Amino acid sequence: MAEYSVIGTSLAKVDAPERVTGKATYGADLDLPGMLWAKLVRSPHAHARIKQIGTSRAKALPGVKAVITAHDLPPLPKGATAPLVGEVSIDMSAIREIVMASDKVRYHGQVVAAVAATDPFIAEEAAGLVDVDYEPLPVVEDVLQAMQPDAPLVHEDLHTLEEATQEKSGQPSNVSTHMVYTRGDVEAGFAAADAVVEKTYTTQMVHQGYLEPQACAARIEPNGKVTLWTSAQGHFTVRTQLVTLLGLPASQLKVVPMEIGGGFGGKALALFEPTAIVLAQKTSRPVKLVVSREEVLRATGPGAPAVITVKAGATQDGKITALTTTMRYDAGAFPGSPVARGLLVGLAPYKLDNMVAEGFDVLTNKPRVQAYRAPGGTPAAFAVEALMDALAAEIHVDPLAFRQKNAAEEGDTLPLGMPLNRIGLTQMLKQIETHPCWTTPLEGPHRGRGLALGYWIGGSFTSSAEVKINPDATASIFVGTVDLTGTRTTISQMVADELQLDPQDITITVGDTDSAPFADLSGGSRITYTMSAAAHQASQDVLTQLKERAAEKLKVSIAEVEYQAKRFWAKDDTRNEVNLAELARESVAWGSGPIIGKGSTTRMQPAHAYAAHVADVEVDPDTGKVTILRYTCFQDVGKAINPTQVEGQIQGGAVQGIGWALNEEYIFDNGELKNASLLDYRCPVALDLPMIETVLTEVPASEGPYGLRGVGEVPIVPPGAALANAIYRATGTRLYELPMNPERIFWATRGNGTNGSHGANGSGGE
Amino acid sequence: MRQAIELNVNGEPHDALVDSRETLLDTLRYKLGHMGPKEGCGNGNCGACTVVLNGAVVNACLVFAVEAAGADVTTVEGVAAEGNLHPVQQAFIEHGALQCGFCTPGFIMSAKALLERNPNPSEPEIRLAISGNLCRCTGYDKIVRAIQAASQALSQTA
Ligand code: FES
Ligand code: FES
Repeated sequence: MAEYSVIGTSLAKVDAPERVTGKATYGADLDLPGMLWAKLVRSPHAHARIKQIGTSRAKALPGVKAVITAHDLPPLPKGATAPLVGEVSIDMSAIREIVMASDKVRYHGQVVAAVAATDPFIAEEAAGLVDVDYEPLPVVEDVLQAMQPDAPLVHEDLHTLEEATQEKSGQPSNVSTHMVYTRGDVEAGFAAADAVVEKTYTTQMVHQGYLEPQACAARIEPNGKVTLWTSAQGHFTVRTQLVTLLGLPASQLKVVPMEIGGGFGGKALALFEPTAIVLAQKTSRPVKLVVSREEVLRATGPGAPAVITVKAGATQDGKITALTTTMRYDAGAFPGSPVARGLLVGLAPYKLDNMVAEGFDVLTNKPRVQAYRAPGGTPAAFAVEALMDALAAEIHVDPLAFRQKNAAEEGDTLPLGMPLNRIGLTQMLKQIETHPCWTTPLEGPHRGRGLALGYWIGGSFTSSAEVKINPDATASIFVGTVDLTGTRTTISQMVADELQLDPQDITITVGDTDSAPFADLSGGSRITYTMSAAAHQASQDVLTQLKERAAEKLKVSIAEVEYQAKRFWAKDDTRNEVNLAELARESVAWGSGPIIGKGSTTRMQPAHAYAAHVADVEVDPDTGKVTILRYTCFQDVGKAINPTQVEGQIQGGAVQGIGWALNEEYIFDNGELKNASLLDYRCPVALDLPMIETVLTEVPASEGPYGLRGVGEVPIVPPGAALANAIYRATGTRLYELPMNPERIFWATRGNGTNGSHGANGSGGE
Repeated sequence: MRQAIELNVNGEPHDALVDSRETLLDTLRYKLGHMGPKEGCGNGNCGACTVVLNGAVVNACLVFAVEAAGADVTTVEGVAAEGNLHPVQQAFIEHGALQCGFCTPGFIMSAKALLERNPNPSEPEIRLAISGNLCRCTGYDKIVRAIQAASQALSQTA
């Protein structure tokens, strides 16, 4: 493999200086002259018909400039869609209802109206003066209850889509989609097993917890064109949705990306931007919309909960003979849970000859879920990896050896049918064997060690980059991808190596939708991976153009031109040379024209990412509180472009997974969230955690110029089961429900409480 | 109700006409243009709005602007002296202690205050001192290491 001097080093984030000095500009930091403040009016019911909305009291309040309801949004045919990424599309009629409900509210906190006023206090007061007359309806909150035939219907006209046949059920239902994937003969597989274990696992709704609440601002320019500033994960994606939703041509809509204070999947959809634009159109003034933390938690779209049954059998020597699973994912009030991803992530680490994987996308009166880091993967891996641990224990096989015996390899077929290209799972598991986190004995009472695997398919889709050579031989990179994870830095590193320039001589800009080359949204661990190809192409394009010009000057053919360290020379005559500075200057001085390289990629193969986490815990027998003593993350990253950033992604993802495992959950009462603050919905703080150790495996991905794999998603996947398995070894009790908070552990270790009560698993170990 | 107040922000005198319901955070951000402190929650739970008020580390979202009349306030914008980054800022950059950076202004303020009262904190002391600051991106590992490094850098220059 090629030698690099910038790739593989921990270059400091190129945008760090403005962030440590408070100068980076996020969505809410925008202050426009004459700006109005918007406030949303939200439903106090989880399920109700809207009988009437009275806006006259709100409109009469001095300082109020507009009040809008769903009637003020342009009409949209039911089922209208907009492309999200690749062939995946979004149901925009559902988005319209989330933006503002028309006839019925389907979750507590759903928006029903919005006001714009001259200051935030007036806007808030006015929101309270919008009179909405509701007719409450029965609420369905639990995913298993929602699947019952007599459950209240979230949508009266929704019928179950049978994925295989594409047929719809006769009766309306809360199950929006049912899918089944089968392989081999599970009955024969179970018959051949020496041990079979079957359990049901439950996870709760959780929030992405991005620290920045959603914020956007809209202004109508004198020519009628809309400028929208937003801190979303993809400004082109937002534009695409607005084109459908508001009926505006893309040329009349400029979306400017602001710095984004975390997204983790939760800021992909245009849920607030339409309101800001319509209010700006109505008032002819700029309008800013910033939601509160309470609104973020209640209604912006959390991560999906699930109830998952897994049954697996193995022979005495540790070979899995059959596996069946049923995954029921709660989508909230509109279809679209990540259940198919759950099936994929849960089963992808294993060779499975005999398998049935069944999924249900289920609707409830809860906020419509949004993506959350490795969407769907965390609940699935909690279930499958906890079950694998139990199965290994049943046949007295070491949990690592059990994984090694059944680990998927290149050429194996993934559960949903795709063959695996090159992966590093085996190599990664080998590293655990000899690592001190696994070999050091864990001594002391109430302590235990757990292992679990994780997987993420890695996103692909469209990314583009432009690289320009400036007249002084520096370079500028221009992209349309929002930087969530440090991609400005990693892309700069790639271009620096390709062009053999000092990173100091390179600048990178994330441009708006009018100026930057198109890109899909930032998410799914896809940017660094796809941008590696786009930036490589753009750099090669630049070098080709430079070589053409050098060839002309050197009077040789382009094939004879060599380049290194800002010098071009003729292959057979090293004294016949021209330097980059000269070509760069001449590109503007003598009319040969600027040098602009372009790169774009749309359809790269997946770069599968596997991870394994090892957790050591101590459980307080009196309180049930878990202390993490040591936590180690193994991950095949393909190639670490920037090791510090890779580690940071792994540590951050692992800690989100730890929060999900031990502490975080939405607590509902008749559809109303009872813990809608960061005090009551408690994300992990520094005191809850040890240092998070990372061990990188580098097995190059099948595609892409540097062999890298996206790293951001997979670290959130293993913590649930790694900790559950550790808690089992510390206490002798298996937990079947997240979060494994002190109360749940306290009761479970006493054979009591709701330890996965959904599945009647019984209590205690096997 | 509106009230005129005076306050010093990062050594500069300012006056502002503030609503009685307005927080110090609102005033700093929307009246005085100091967008460094961030609002992550508005009720004291996240620490993104951390500033130093008359020498005490506070959540600016929990202080009414009128309560800060006459006060000295330091925000993240006032930490770098004459354009030279403070060792804490430098360490955050070098150790990759930020990703989205939304929490960073608050962490910088908490960490700087910690090192001023305890120049050589242990890891648990660091974790305790920043436990009022939420970060959702980093898992805190690199933040703790950056503060350790800043502590060393400061003791070498002291
Ligand atoms: S905004 Fe002040 S503590 Fe969160
Ligand atoms: S860096 Fe994003 S919240 Fe801390």
